[in-house]
Amino acid sequence: MNEPLLSVKDLSISTIQDPRILVNDVNFEIHAGEAVGVVGESGSGKTLSALSVLGLLPRGVGVSAGSIKFNGTDLLSLDAESLRKLRGLDISMVYQDPMTALNPVMKIGKQLLEVIESHETLDDSSLDRVRQALEEVGIPDVNRAIESYPHEFSGGMRQRVMIAMALILSPKLLIADEPTTALDVTIQQQILALVAEERQKRNMSMLWITHDLGVVANLVDRLVVMYAGRIVESGSVKEIFSNPQHPYTAGLLSSLPTTTDKTRKRLTSIAGVPEKPWLVGNTCAFAPRCGFVTPECRSQAPHLVGTLEKSVACFHPVGGAQ
Amino acid sequence: MQGISKLRRLVFSSTFIRIASAITTLFGISVFVFLVLRVIPGNTITGAFGIETGALNPQQIAELRHYYGIDQPMVMQYISWMRSFLSGNFGYSFATGRSVFTLTKVALPVTVELAFIGTILGVIMGIAIGMFSARKPGSLRDFGGQLFGLLALAIPGFVLSTAIVTIMANKFHYFPNSLEYMPPWKDPWMNFQQMMFPGLVLGIAVAAPVMRTTRSALLETVDKDFVRTAFGKGVPSRKVQFKHVLRNSLIPIVTMTGIQFGYLLGGAVIVEKIFALPGMGRQVLEAITRREYATVQSSVMVFAIMFVTINILTDLVYRRVDPRIK
Repeated sequence: MNEPLLSVKDLSISTIQDPRILVNDVNFEIHAGEAVGVVGESGSGKTLSALSVLGLLPRGVGVSAGSIKFNGTDLLSLDAESLRKLRGLDISMVYQDPMTALNPVMKIGKQLLEVIESHETLDDSSLDRVRQALEEVGIPDVNRAIESYPHEFSGGMRQRVMIAMALILSPKLLIADEPTTALDVTIQQQILALVAEERQKRNMSMLWITHDLGVVANLVDRLVVMYAGRIVESGSVKEIFSNPQHPYTAGLLSSLPTTTDKTRKRLTSIAGVPEKPWLVGNTCAFAPRCGFVTPECRSQAPHLVGTLEKSVACFHPVGGAQ
Repeated sequence: MQGISKLRRLVFSSTFIRIASAITTLFGISVFVFLVLRVIPGNTITGAFGIETGALNPQQIAELRHYYGIDQPMVMQYISWMRSFLSGNFGYSFATGRSVFTLTKVALPVTVELAFIGTILGVIMGIAIGMFSARKPGSLRDFGGQLFGLLALAIPGFVLSTAIVTIMANKFHYFPNSLEYMPPWKDPWMNFQQMMFPGLVLGIAVAAPVMRTTRSALLETVDKDFVRTAFGKGVPSRKVQFKHVLRNSLIPIVTMTGIQFGYLLGGAVIVEKIFALPGMGRQVLEAITRREYATVQSSVMVFAIMFVTINILTDLVYRRVDPRIK
């Protein structure tokens, strides 16, 4: 197989003072043109993993081990200026909350222009590119839009602006951190369709962070399931949906509402709450909530084993594949 | 119909409300300062005659009370002062034999110039040191910046002024303020030399709160999502600091600057006194010791009008700084 576009190896993230591990030994890769979804609950470390790729971890949090390679270069050992040149040009990101992700006192047009300005010299065509980028994401009346401030736009429109901003320089990799969570259900579908369409058009790689398996099922090629800062299972969407092996993944899938089931039974849920990553210790993090738990699960942590097509970190995978 | 809705829009428009509340404020201040002057012990007679007031006989006192107009009922005194204030004459200063307006015309430019110099120096120093500090909270540079803020806040203006005067006059035999005050249009170079030190003292006093406000506003803004977005776009760090972080922190900085400027326009009494500047601060101080009611009252009204105007201007600046404020 070719060299992956993005390869995250043994990545651990922790707080800097009073070290608390937040992301533990995470491995995944994204190949050119591929879309990978990272699924997990709040606090599972999925957003931190994504932010670490761009070097945008919040203050007081840092990468404590591992490597992140993009196109062969190690992003973690890159100097600040080289990393800056990568941001927005090769890798860009769409964030969770479009209401706060735009600068409230800067006009929309200026904010898009700033992306171009940061990587190229501006010329007469720059503003046309801004207009075109906004048109592509379905902003009506772009001439008025570039003169508007973010507060004059709705949440859905602002997320479209964010997407236009992320795509304006045609990056190789787009990271989307739950871009639809803060939006109405009807708007969600529009945004999802828009991103999928743009990805197809540009043959762009994508890292899609979400807590909703249903959202990504049709959008990504492979899935990574995270729990309490670790990867519990990863593999192709088909494999994971048809043959989940980690009890957590199986639990997540059975808690999805379906439109075909007419029996009106209650949705299944997983009892308990996720453990904090730094409190897990050398055990399986899911052990306290798992129905298949054995003493082995409480005495050592299972490693992620398998292939790109299918890997699982569990001593007792469900489905009896082993 | 349309006339009524127009009127309604005018009455509820924010500009109208602001002006109406400003006028109410000014009226309140005029009553307050009028009453305070009459509550404190002594009056114009004791102010003018000092301890010799005791030697005056009741007949003389009665005549003097009539001469100074303080034999009138309070309401009449207030109305008479208000009338002269509104007519633009501001009342009569017995000690100088001039109208308070004439005095103010000379003293106000001194104070306004000093306030401008102090505010500009203070804002430049305050924002620069605030940014310097906030760049790395908890670091040595932050400690240095905060130490400056604390010292500037803790050292009183009169200490700093006296120190400067002492050092400059004693060691360097340089003290331009001992010469006659020169307005900038007569001798700009002399005026600059005379304004330099008092301006610096006031600038440091303004820099302290501006620095602290800047620092905390920046630290709050730097964690906002849009700052992360800016970094994520590949915007260079310096530009993120100015165009995103500082730009979004301006509201509290503008507020603090407005307040400080307002204070300085109220006459930096002690600094003006030490540097022998014939400004409003000195005018009021001397008028208080002489119990010259009209001078004090009218000067305070001038301060109040300027303060209220600054407040309205600050609001206008808000609208330029933040497009969300309508």
